[in-house]
Amino acid sequence: MNRHLATAAAAFCFLCIAGCMEVEQVSNAQKQAGQTVRRDTNPWSNEPLAAGPGWKKGDRASWEEQIKKRQFAQHEDRRIYQ
Amino acid sequence: MARMKFLCDAERCIECNGCVTACKNENEVPWGVNRRRVVTINDGVIGAEKSISVACMHCSDAPCMAVCPVDCFYKTADGVVLHDKDLCIGCGYCFYACPFGAPQFPQAGAFGLRGKMDKCTFCAGGPEEDKSEAEFKKYGRNRLAEGKLPACAEMCSTKALLGGDGDVIADIYRERVARRGAKGAEAWGWGSAYGQPPRSGQPGAAPATPAGGKS
Repeated sequence: MNRHLATAAAAFCFLCIAGCMEVEQVSNAQKQAGQTVRRDTNPWSNEPLAAGPGWKKGDRASWEEQIKKRQFAQHEDRRIYQ
Repeated sequence: MARMKFLCDAERCIECNGCVTACKNENEVPWGVNRRRVVTINDGVIGAEKSISVACMHCSDAPCMAVCPVDCFYKTADGVVLHDKDLCIGCGYCFYACPFGAPQFPQAGAFGLRGKMDKCTFCAGGPEEDKSEAEFKKYGRNRLAEGKLPACAEMCSTKALLGGDGDVIADIYRERVARRGAKGAEAWGWGSAYGQPPRSGQPGAAPATPAGGKS
């Protein structure tokens, strides 16, 4: 009985001491900026709007192709002089 | 692979603030926060005053991203620098690091208490479900997911502000400057900005000597 009591007391003391210990802090030299947030999706993985510009859902190349056309629409010289 | 950038043609910008208004309206940006603003260079100097529209430039090596203590910034596959408002602690380091003053902080309470950082998203939303209510409330509209370009660039009446893949808009700008017949100072001014060579004595013609002094 005394033996169990002593063991329990020792375990309790160990837990109390362990609670006061400092957690080891290890610097992560491999960490790079911009790597924490990883939950955004790509624009081409969306369904295009019904009446808007079209591309094939999930196809990056087709999305880039139509956005490129949109970019060139900013080029009024091309629209006016051709 | 696209690298989304803005380019503002100082020869064309007429300081109409249409881009600022378009951004405010499209993203329902709160009072006191300006994701985009028009800056006047050489303000008051006759013949040398120009305006440019400035917002987040979506830097390739973004200093805001480097200094953020909670690493809330990230870069999309198209090179757009975005941030996670759930992680942002509003410390303001990014504001000090940014050379363009792009990060904005809504006043969240008395005594200058700062809220979470807000900045131009290139109309690409943020780390929430695309085109969702949560994304719109936190980051504004996700026009890239709709296959569109940022509202500010598409709304620009003089097409001074170009937005899109850096290579494409650089091509547009290069052709534009070539059409102006750019020869040093001749590339300067309103007349040349629209493809007509400036005539001497007209606004837009290269001044013989820069007139100094404030008006």
